[in-house]
Amino acid sequence: MPLIPQLPPPPGGALLARLHAINAEHGYLPQEALRRAADDLGVPLSQLYGAASFYASFSFEPRGRHTIQVCQGTACYIRGGDKILEKIETVLDVQPGETTDDRLFTLEIVYCVGSCSMSPVVRVDGDTYGRLKPDRLPRILQKYRQADEPEPEGGEKRS
Amino acid sequence: MKIQTRSDLDALRDRGLSTLYPSGVRINVGMATCGLATGAADVYRAVRDEAGARGLELTLVATGCLGYCQQEPLVDVRLPGRGRVLYARMTPERARDLVAALASGELPAENALAIIPAEENPDPGQASGALPDVPLIGELPFYARQRKIILRNSGMIDPESIEEYVARDGYLALVHVLLDLPPQTVVDEIVQSGLRGRGGGGFPTGCKWQICRDAPGEPKYVICNGDEGDPGAYMDRTVLESDPFSVVEGMTIGGYAIGANEGTIYVRDEYPLAVERVSHAVARAEELGLLGQDILGSGFDFTLQVVRGAGAFVCGEETALIASIEGGMGEPRPKPPYPATSGLWGQPTVINNVKTWASVAPILARGADWYAGIGVEGNAGTVVFSLVGKVANTGLVEVPMGLTLREMIEGIGGGGLDGRAVKAVQTGGPSGGCLPARLFHLPIDYETLTQAGSIMGSGGMVVMDEDTCMVDVARYFLKFTMAESCGKCTPCREGTRHMYEILTRIVEGEGTEADLELLEEVATWVKAASLCGLGQTAPNPVLSTLRYFRDEYDAHVVEKRCPAGVCRALIELVIQPELCTGCGLCERECPVGAISGEKKEPHIIDPELCTRCRICYDVCPVGAIEIVR
Repeated sequence: MPLIPQLPPPPGGALLARLHAINAEHGYLPQEALRRAADDLGVPLSQLYGAASFYASFSFEPRGRHTIQVCQGTACYIRGGDKILEKIETVLDVQPGETTDDRLFTLEIVYCVGSCSMSPVVRVDGDTYGRLKPDRLPRILQKYRQADEPEPEGGEKRS
Repeated sequence: MKIQTRSDLDALRDRGLSTLYPSGVRINVGMATCGLATGAADVYRAVRDEAGARGLELTLVATGCLGYCQQEPLVDVRLPGRGRVLYARMTPERARDLVAALASGELPAENALAIIPAEENPDPGQASGALPDVPLIGELPFYARQRKIILRNSGMIDPESIEEYVARDGYLALVHVLLDLPPQTVVDEIVQSGLRGRGGGGFPTGCKWQICRDAPGEPKYVICNGDEGDPGAYMDRTVLESDPFSVVEGMTIGGYAIGANEGTIYVRDEYPLAVERVSHAVARAEELGLLGQDILGSGFDFTLQVVRGAGAFVCGEETALIASIEGGMGEPRPKPPYPATSGLWGQPTVINNVKTWASVAPILARGADWYAGIGVEGNAGTVVFSLVGKVANTGLVEVPMGLTLREMIEGIGGGGLDGRAVKAVQTGGPSGGCLPARLFHLPIDYETLTQAGSIMGSGGMVVMDEDTCMVDVARYFLKFTMAESCGKCTPCREGTRHMYEILTRIVEGEGTEADLELLEEVATWVKAASLCGLGQTAPNPVLSTLRYFRDEYDAHVVEKRCPAGVCRALIELVIQPELCTGCGLCERECPVGAISGEKKEPHIIDPELCTRCRICYDVCPVGAIEIVR
């Protein structure tokens, strides 16, 4: 018999599912939520932290309201995806992994969103923009800036 | 309602046929991720609103991907009595015009790409000569050599409708298997078919199933590897988004054959629509009793769960994927033991790629001999490629094994982009290599591509032309594998970084001839000594470019010149004053403000400020920017 009794491991996929759920609720992984999840799942916090820090989809820092994923997959790269990235970096004055000072945009590099035939591609939140040229970017970003402005006549603010 | 008998399935089939081939108009809008990226959602809304405004009754369906992504958004229209036509490059405005024509009983010729023939359109009243100048879909060079088995339903059915899946012979195989065949016979059929793993390894699928079936230990598991991480590839995404039931049915058959009652579909996080679609398919199959307890009264129980990955390329490696499901870091472990004897939770596990699972049902429905007769000796069946990069026709292509690279790139792909000469093709993603145009006579099969220094891989095929620098491409892949190396074993963790640093020196004009020798040596050791497939194959892009494009390396190292005009330290951008019209576009687009000039006067680039990003080169409407190599 082991000196320290072992809990049975949580069912397959449960840990990732929980991390995704926390991420969906907060937009990142707050420490408190991770501690609660470790207790609920019966795993050491270190294991949960190990997994969370292993994967690119999770962040321990609060993120911007919109996430811009610039695809650097092979097809995008050889059709100018690097220039798209450079243009966004300059326009927003952030590097990949950073969030703008107004907390509106977080910039990320992603290796392939699977829209290679439309390369180069950028995904903002859930929307994918294909066959991009650098000069189209300011207009696309403007769309998300406007979406966050309060609508006239006291309309609801969209999130 | 639960499906218990063959006649229950027939009822489902009838419902599917009634929506696939309704008495009124049916319009399919291709709305997989690629279609959505070019505005298919706006086209869908335009069709719906215009039809509503005109009182036209229609069956409007958001389908998956037909593969011809270059022509997206694609709209497939079936007008009973008149025929079925595929329209290309649709916009909301064009869609409204199309609906207006349909409302008056016409299939217009504007934007018509191809006629979909009678076998996809059981409609005896079809007037085939309606559009004399529009070719049949099988006559388009893009489709002429294709044979669709894995993609049989992609773009043809509503991916959320099990009825339409059944109407196109879905679940016939499962019924046959569960009611007529003992499990061992199912394994035998897969062995005989010659099916090999479509994830890229090419291991005989039937053999894997047999090992797992014979392995001691209960329970056993099946897993679908949908962690399609290769950048430049989207075959698996398309199958999961466009025809998720084909994977669900294949896995159910696999579970029965090897004696597993549980399966997991692992899909990468970057594919939200695929996660949604396949989760829906699992829920729907459960509702109808095609998953769950005592399926079709056979006594066989089988359940499926969907696990969403979290952005780690290494999880495409099977042992890493299993570790990820078990709940931790997705780090690989040494093999053997292989998952077939010791996989998920240490139990015998069959793990196959999405396309392998999607091939299973047709093989069981039509017989091993039918499948074995497609392709070439030792490489049976079909293979799916995403043909992308600097090629005229981009898209998803399914061909019999053994087609040559030239038939693929020049025949189906239509050659280089904008008529430029193709220099190389990259297959197999970061694990594969770059093959030069002079090897395009080679047939596409597992052994030939491996011997040539690349791999078949999962199906990425990226075409490159004279404007692509092969040294830069090698560096690009090493940057990727360096970032995605999990760090568990030293050869991969340190070796990929070392190779990346050498390649960086070379593209920055700091490389020496000794660097090339060192690069080759490191590559050889990383290949030999790494723990898992990621590290063992990471040097392939380096070794293959050194083998076939040594002259480009030499130009960088000896002449300090980048022949393709890509590597920033080795080029300069200048504006040719005699061509410049002074439109100011480059000045506006330059991200660093390096361009200046008076309106309507020739502009100049300040070489001190210029970062050589080449945005000006791309946007200049008159081609006045010259790259000095």
